[in-house]
Formats: sequence, C-alpha cells, structure tokens
Amino acid sequence: GWMNKHLNLVPALVVVFYELDWDEPQWKEKQSECATRVEIVRQSLQGRNTKVAVVLIQKKTPLPPGEDVIASERAAALCNACDLSGKSLFVLPHTDHLVGYIIRLENAFYEHAQTYYYTEIRRVKSHKEFLNKTTHQLLFVRHQFKIAFFSELKQDTQNALKNYRTAYNLVHELRAHETNMLEIKTMAGFINYKVTSLKGPFYIAFGDLFDEAIKLGLTAIQTQNPGFYYQQAAYYAQERKQLASMLCNHDSSVIYPNPDPLETQTGVLDFYGQRPWRQGILSFDLSDPEKEKMGILSLQLKEKNVLHSELIITLLSNAVAQFKKYKCPRMKSHLMVQMGEEYYYAKDYAKALKLLDYVMCEYRSEGWCTLLTSILTTALKCSYLMAQLKDYITYSLELLGRASTLKEDQKSRIEKNLIKVLMNESPDPEPDCDTAAVKASQKLWADRVSLAGSNVFTIEVQDFIPFVQCKAKFLAPSFHVDVPVQFDVYLRADCPHPIRFSKLCISFNNQDYNQYCVVEEAYQKSDILEQSSQGTMCLVPGKTRKFTFKFVAKTEDVGKKIEITSVDLILGSESGRCVILNWRGGGGDAASSQEALQAARSFRRRPKLPDNEVHWDSLTIQASTMIISRVPNISVQLRHEPPALTNEMYCLIVTVQSHEDTVAKDVKLTAGLKPGQDANLTQKTQVTLHGTDACDESFPALLPDIPVGDLQPGEKLEKPIYIRCGTVGARMFLVYVSYLIDTIVEGKEILCKCHRDETVTIETVFPFDVAVKFVSTKLEHLDRVFADIPFLLMTDILSASPWPLTIVTTQLQLSPSMTPVDQLESYVENVVLQTGESASECFCLRCPPVTNASGVATGCYIISWKRSSPVESVPVVSTVITLPHVIVESIPLHVNADLPSFGRVRESLPVRYHLQNKTDLVQDVEVSVEPSDAFMFSGLKQIRLRILPGTQQEMLYNFYPLMAGYQQLPSLHVNLLRFPNFTNQLLRRFIPTHIFVKVRLGMTEDNSIMS
Amino acid sequence: MADTGRAGQTLENYPLYIRSVPTENELKFHYTVHTSLDVVDEKISAMGKALVDQRELYLGLLYPTEDYKVYGYVTNSKVKFVMVVDSSNTALRDNEIRSMFRKLHNSYTDIMCNPFYNPGDRIHSRAFDNMVNSMMMQVC
Repeated sequence: GWMNKHLNLVPALVVVFYELDWDEPQWKEKQSECATRVEIVRQSLQGRNTKVAVVLIQKKTPLPPGEDVIASERAAALCNACDLSGKSLFVLPHTDHLVGYIIRLENAFYEHAQTYYYTEIRRVKSHKEFLNKTTHQLLFVRHQFKIAFFSELKQDTQNALKNYRTAYNLVHELRAHETNMLEIKTMAGFINYKVTSLKGPFYIAFGDLFDEAIKLGLTAIQTQNPGFYYQQAAYYAQERKQLASMLCNHDSSVIYPNPDPLETQTGVLDFYGQRPWRQGILSFDLSDPEKEKMGILSLQLKEKNVLHSELIITLLSNAVAQFKKYKCPRMKSHLMVQMGEEYYYAKDYAKALKLLDYVMCEYRSEGWCTLLTSILTTALKCSYLMAQLKDYITYSLELLGRASTLKEDQKSRIEKNLIKVLMNESPDPEPDCDTAAVKASQKLWADRVSLAGSNVFTIEVQDFIPFVQCKAKFLAPSFHVDVPVQFDVYLRADCPHPIRFSKLCISFNNQDYNQYCVVEEAYQKSDILEQSSQGTMCLVPGKTRKFTFKFVAKTEDVGKKIEITSVDLILGSESGRCVILNWRGGGGDAASSQEALQAARSFRRRPKLPDNEVHWDSLTIQASTMIISRVPNISVQLRHEPPALTNEMYCLIVTVQSHEDTVAKDVKLTAGLKPGQDANLTQKTQVTLHGTDACDESFPALLPDIPVGDLQPGEKLEKPIYIRCGTVGARMFLVYVSYLIDTIVEGKEILCKCHRDETVTIETVFPFDVAVKFVSTKLEHLDRVFADIPFLLMTDILSASPWPLTIVTTQLQLSPSMTPVDQLESYVENVVLQTGESASECFCLRCPPVTNASGVATGCYIISWKRSSPVESVPVVSTVITLPHVIVESIPLHVNADLPSFGRVRESLPVRYHLQNKTDLVQDVEVSVEPSDAFMFSGLKQIRLRILPGTQQEMLYNFYPLMAGYQQLPSLHVNLLRFPNFTNQLLRRFIPTHIFVKVRLGMTEDNSIMS
Repeated sequence: MADTGRAGQTLENYPLYIRSVPTENELKFHYTVHTSLDVVDEKISAMGKALVDQRELYLGLLYPTEDYKVYGYVTNSKVKFVMVVDSSNTALRDNEIRSMFRKLHNSYTDIMCNPFYNPGDRIHSRAFDNMVNSMMMQVC
C-alpha cells in the first residue's frame, strides 16, 4: 500500500552529484549539462514534492564565502539554470577533510528530508481541513493515520505517537458512528474486531520496540515496561477471540466462497486492513451486498482457523517474563492466572492446572479470598474435566472451606459432589463447561469408578485451607510419668452439610502411642447421606467437636518430649474412596496462624456457650508435652557451717528421709561440685566420704551414685561428706538422691525412677591473713637489711574465719642465705584465735653479705591449724606462706654502741662506740661528738683516724648526766672521706640517740630542796 | 460514570475492605488492586528509611492502564489505600484524589480508635461504608 510506497519507493530527497569546479574553463557547457540532469530527475519524479539537491564535487579547497566573487556569481547562475534554491546547492571539496564534509552534508540532507515530510504532513492536513466528519469518516481516519506515519518517518516520535492516538480515537468514533448508520450488528462487531486485531499487533510491535530499546540501554521502570504492552496486546487478542467466537460460529456445512473474494489482482492492498473487494470504494454504501456478504464470510472462516488462545498465551507469557524482570510478582501472578484460564479455554487442562496451582498459594498467603476462590473454581473445572481425582478432591476441600467466598448453594453442590466421589461415584459436572468436554470427562470418570485400587488419597492440608479444621492440644505442657497423658483433638467443619468421617488417628514421634489414639467406627455406605446423624463420627457445620485421648507414657520416655507428628482424618471408606486429611503437627492449615494472631489480639467478648462447647478461636494448639519423672516423696536436708576455709576438710551432712508409702529401693546419692561451673574449680575441689585424713589432688570433685541401700517408709539416713576447697570463691554443690519405686497408673504397674536434688552454694574464704615485716633491732621498719647486721622478722597471723581457729604450731624454714641469730622456736603453739584476733611472732636473723642486688629469699613460714572443734578427729591443715625477698645492702662502716640501759643523774655513764670497717679498704674516719645540754662528757671530742680493713676501732666516752628524764645523748658524727654517701642519718639506725636518766638514789629530798 | 474500586490493606497485604461500583466485573478490580500493590511496595522501599517520618503519604498515580487510573496512599503504619478510577473521568484531578484519600484515612483512623475493633480484622463499619458510599456517589 501507500506505506510501502512512502517507505521504499518515493524518496524525500534526490541528490545529484556533479563534478564541477568554480574555475572550470568550460563553465557554460557544464552548467547546462548539470541543469539537464536535474531536469531529468525532476521529470522522473512526476510532480511529487520530492526535494532535489545538487552537490558539486570539487578538487580545490574553496575560499571563505564572500571572498570568491566568481564562485558566488557562478553558484547563483547554476541555481538559476537548475531552478534550485541556494540552500539546495552544496559543494563537496575532494580534499583532506572529506569525512567532516560528508557529515555536514548528511545533516543538511536530513534537514531537507524533514522539510519534505513536513510539507507532506501539511499537505495531508490541508486535505483534511476540507473534509467534514459526517461524510468523510474513513478519509478522516486515514489522513490522521497518514500524518502520524509521516511524523514517524520524520523521526518525530512524540508527534507520531500523538497522531496515532488521535487516529485511534477517530477509529473509535467511526465505529460508533457506523453502528448507528448501518444498524447491522454483525457489521459493527466486525469492524470492532478489525480495530482490535489491528490494535493488538500494534501493541506487540510497540512492546517489541520497547524491549529492543531497553536492550540498547534504555532503563525501564516498574510502571513503564514492555510487559504492559504485551499485556495490552493480549487483552486485545482476547477481545478479538471473543468477537470471533461470537461472529464466526458457522456450522461446518458453510464452505469457503469461490472465487476467493480476498484475492486481488495485484495481491497488494492500497491500505493495510482494507477489504480487498472494496478497494477504491470510499463510501459506506454497499454497492454489491452479495459480494460484501461473501467477503465477510470468507474473512470469518479464515478467522475461525486462527489459534487465538495460542496467540494470547504467547503474548501473556511474554508479559510474564517482562513483569518478572521488573519485580512485579503480583502482576506476574495475575497474568499467570490469565494464562491458566486461556489454557482452560484452549482445552489444555493439564497446563491450565499447573499454572493455576502454581499461583494459588500466593493468593492464599496474601489472603485475597475472592481471587483465590475464582482461581479455585477454574481449577476445579479443569480437574473435573480431566477426572483428576486427587486435585478434584483437594480443590473441593478448599472451596468448601472458610477461605472460599462461594455462595451456600454452590458449596452445597460441591459438597454433594465430594460425597459422591467419596462413595466412588461420578460427580455431577461443573457448571459452564464445554458440553463436549463434559461428555469426554464423564467417560473418564466412569473409568475411574470401575478402576479398582489406588483409591486412597493422602492430602497434606498444611498448604491450603480445607473445610475441616483441626487443633490438637495436650492438657498440660508436661506430665508426670505416674499420671496418664491427656490431650484433646478439636475438629470443626465449615461445609454447609454435616459430614461423616470414618477414622481419626493421631501419630506421635514415639509410634508406640499411636495405637491408643484412634477413633474408628465402621459405618454403612448408606449412612453417609444421613444428615440428622449426631453420632460421634459426624461433624456438624459450625460446631466444634472434641475428642479426648488418654494414654500412659512409658518410663523410658521420662525427660523426653512427646510430640504429635500428625493428625489424620479419614473421610470416606476403604470400600469406596478414602481421603486422608493429614495435618502435620497439632493441626492448623495455611490460614490458621494468622487467625490465631488475630484472636490473640482481640478484646472482643465471646458469647457464652454451654459448658460442653468451646470457642474455636480461643483454642490454641499445643502439639508437644514433656514427660517428667514422678514427684519424689523424700526430703533431703543439708547441714554445714559455712563458710568453708581454704584447704580444710569441710563437712557437709546430708540427711535423707523417706515419706513414701512403700519401700524406696536402690537409693543412690550423688554429691559434689555441680557440673558446668568453671573448669578450674573441678581441679581445686575434692570430695570424699572420709574426713579423718586429708585428701590430695587425685580425689574427684563429684562422687556419683554412692549406693545407700533401701529406705523403709519414714526411715531417715545421714551421710557426712567432706569437701576440700583449694581456692577461695563461691562454689555450687549438688546433692542428688535417686531411687526406684513401684506405682500403679490406670491399673498398670510401673517402676518409677524418682529423684530429688538440692544445690547449695558454699563460699570459701582464707582462714587468716599473715603479715610479715622486717624491722631493725631498734624495731624500726626496714625496707632493706644490711649485710651481717642482725635484724628482726616479724610475723602476724590475723584470723579471718568466723569460727575459732586453733594454731597447732608454726615453723620458720629459712633459706640457706639466712642464718638465725638465736634459737628458732614457735611462740604461738596451741593458740586459739577468735575472729579478728591475731598472733605475732618475732625471729632475729642475720644475712651474710651477698652480691645479688635484687633480693634474697628469706624462706617460708608454715602454719599448722584446724577449726577449733570438740571433735578430735578434725585433721590439721598446714598452710605454707612464702616469706618475701629482702634486699641486702653492704655498708662501709658499722657503728654500734655499748651503753647501759639507763643512767643516773651525776653518776658516770660509760659509753663505748665500736667502729667496724666492713670494706677492703683503709678508711679515713673523722669522728666528732656534739655536746648535749643534759650531759657533760669526757673523751675525744674530735678525732681523725684510720681503720684497717676488717678491723674495728673502739671509742670510749664517759657521759655525766645532769638531768633526769628521757634525754638526748651527745651525738656522734662520723664522716667517711672515701664514702661521702655514708651519712649520719644512716648512723642513727645503729646507735641510740637518747637514754633514760633516773634520779640519784637517796637524793630525792635534796633535789626537792634544791628546786 | 466512574468505576471505583477501593481497598484498605495492612502490612500483610490482605484486603481489609474492598468495594467497587458497579459490582459487575468486580473480580477484575480485585486483580487490579492486587497487582497495584507491586508498585506500592516498590515505591515504599524506594523511599528509604530516613525519610519515613516526613514522607508524603499520597503515592500518586501508581500506573495507568488503558481504561483505569490506579492511585495509592500509604499510612505511616503501612496501611495501604488503593483507588481505581475510570481514566475518562477528567473531573478527578490529583487534588481531588488526594483529598479523597485523606478522607478515607480519617475514617480509617476513626475505626482504629474503636476499642472493639481488632487491628487486622476485616472492616465491617457502617460509618466507613457510608463514607465510601458518599464518596463514590460524588464521583459517579
């Protein structure tokens, strides 16, 4: 048609290339030759508005415009000769920058082509303006379409789209108009069909285009993607199909007209979609009604052969792919439903079912009941038509359920069908099904009925919402082994009519219990429709049925969980068809968790019900229970005196008393550190039954299963346990008593194992704190000791125990580097210390000179002690305390003084100072004595002397006290010339500075007289 | 004439209330509302968490189909309102739609204030029905 013509045949621009330089010598001839050529081109175009342009190919580079006078003159002449405007003349210099020139030319040509199409559009528009809507309907549309088409050629997509749209609107108007004018329904429908079949491909094309564009890098967004166009195309295809099915329902006797009115002589139509037999006719008058009729008929027959569903499905699947790409899951589901429905119409039920089944769960989980019901209805039809028993039953179950929005009568019909299926009969056909298909399926159903075997169907209800709801509930979260385990199973039907079931059985994780939990009633086949039946095996709609089960747990299951793994409800019978509804766990289906949540939130008051009935919503599933051991009937008491003291044998007395009515057999005691505490504690804790002798590290922290024997009713048993804790801190101790006893539950005798445990936390503390210090012989604190000069070691034991302690003995073990000055013996033997009391000892030691500057080990101090207790057998604990190291320093000169312990007024007091040289050098010593007010003295006041290595010098003074009281002695100053560090302060450590002066004997009165 | 389907929805995306006038072809509107949730979800997630507090509740036009326009509105508690109107109805501009949503939201808030209403239950409220009815009457 004309589209092809404008696309491929009619050019928008013709370019004549001609080799001509501005300074061509034979300019005139060449100019006329060029003009002739242009004329020839013009003639061949036959008055079309096609643009003509001339390009002169030149060998020389042109001068800038305006400078070359000849060039401009000649150009004007050439234009004149060829009847061209100056804009249509181009020059292409054949020089270096060829590419650049070509690009510029291309742009210029493009501009020209656009102008051409623009004028074409204007031409069409001017045509259009002459038309009026009532008489030139068809032309109106055509022109509009043409404008759009030219716009597209002009690469002005925006306008093209706009114009296409108006064209469509016009087409719509046209349709309405024609309907009125012709008043032939068939005709109107047919044109409608034409429009849709026209429109469909357009959307496909647009969709494809869009898709291509995206592949080329355009980014699409969720709301603007090709999927929408495919979807739209599919809608039109559907519409087309509907119209076609309405219009083309001729029976098979209608034969294709001959000669074929669709054949035209050329095989090409002027306009796309134009009816071949009406080519060239622009009015609506039916010039040849017979021909028209034949033409329509042939088109209809052709249409009938088109596989609409296939077209639609292809389009839909394209759309699905697109929506999947742009993350529109719901749109995708929706399209898949449509695809499924289309497959259903195309009688491909298996595929339809597959698609519907796939999306069903999404609608179910989102809670869109109306949509789910509609999908289920279609699926039910499919399964009916295919006689798919299991699917048919499943969909029926759900359509009868609470999520279905079907009307009661529909539900009632489905339930009756379901009952028929359960009785191994064919169900009634679903409404609105193809009659031929129904016939075929009835045959299939008949086959199914006659087929024996494979009549048991297990249906897992977890994934959908069946019409029977189930909740199982243990009455308690745990049961003692000596009481029967009880649980209830609640069932409720949502279907319109009561339904009977043949069996209810419950499975547990321990399958031994399954046999106790079965409800079964063999019933006659004829009973199944008996609606008034209120028997146990009947579920009345809207009423909650409760089944209570009871069984005795096995003793092996003590400490284990009993779990309901599944609840099976069997509908139908083995003789007919059997449907097992299987609830995993304690019941509940796809919707129940949400419902439970809503019920839990609700504050609504529930109406009062009779005592034997319960509110379904208020029931919660409890699918598991713990079996715990029988409650022990013994008492366990612990007696002890906390806190424990480090390393002592701490006594814990366990008293067990039986309150059982029968003999408690095989009583065993487990005692010790409770497992699961710090691993270090295990090593630092020992437990033993014998407290008389101290235990060592090899003893265990926990004594398991100490056999105690049997306990008669009321008998009491005492057992002491000794614990040794090596470190301080809190520890948890466990005392666990277990025994066996016979009991009778529900007439069954079982041997129960009972146990009772007690835990106790015991704090361990140090029994005492030991402080050690070094002091000089003047009892002054020393931070270091001087070699060879005696010093004192003082120990102080402070009791921290809340209980009295007995210090049995102490012992000082000196290291080899220390030597005792006198006998080392304990002064605190058998001392009893109350809380907060302390016991001190003092030892005089001397340390020979050492070279080691960092410190000298002193030794250790061993304290043997025990808790003061009337019981003799308490073992003695030895605690070893390592004494601190001491720094030993050598001094160059040691001075010590011999003087009486006191003086008397006016009685001579002889004082002898010994100056010992402790070095290997000869020492120059300056000695001076400063007088004191309280004394007169005789002796050397100031002297300088030498002391040889290892020797000593004696200085003798006679002090004469003048006053009584504690008086300062004249002070001795020693100055070592070689050791300026040796100060008088150091000296003060060794020699006394004061002395006590008593009054003269018998001179008291004189003194008083004198004063 | 205007076809208007509306639904209030919760976070779990099941319909709390859905209503359409006229009632024929109701299923189709259900599907339209359902599929529009895709766009709502996308728009909410695109908005980011930082702006949640100050964000505009009205989501605007979700997507245009040939015949209908679908608008969306999401409350701060993520309850979604969807409105489907006939695309030929030019009387309804953005401002009208916005005010209609605001009305719906107010009415929904009233329902939530009812101590006997359990959040998440389907809405059965006469006041809400009347409000929706009057709104639909206005539009048609």
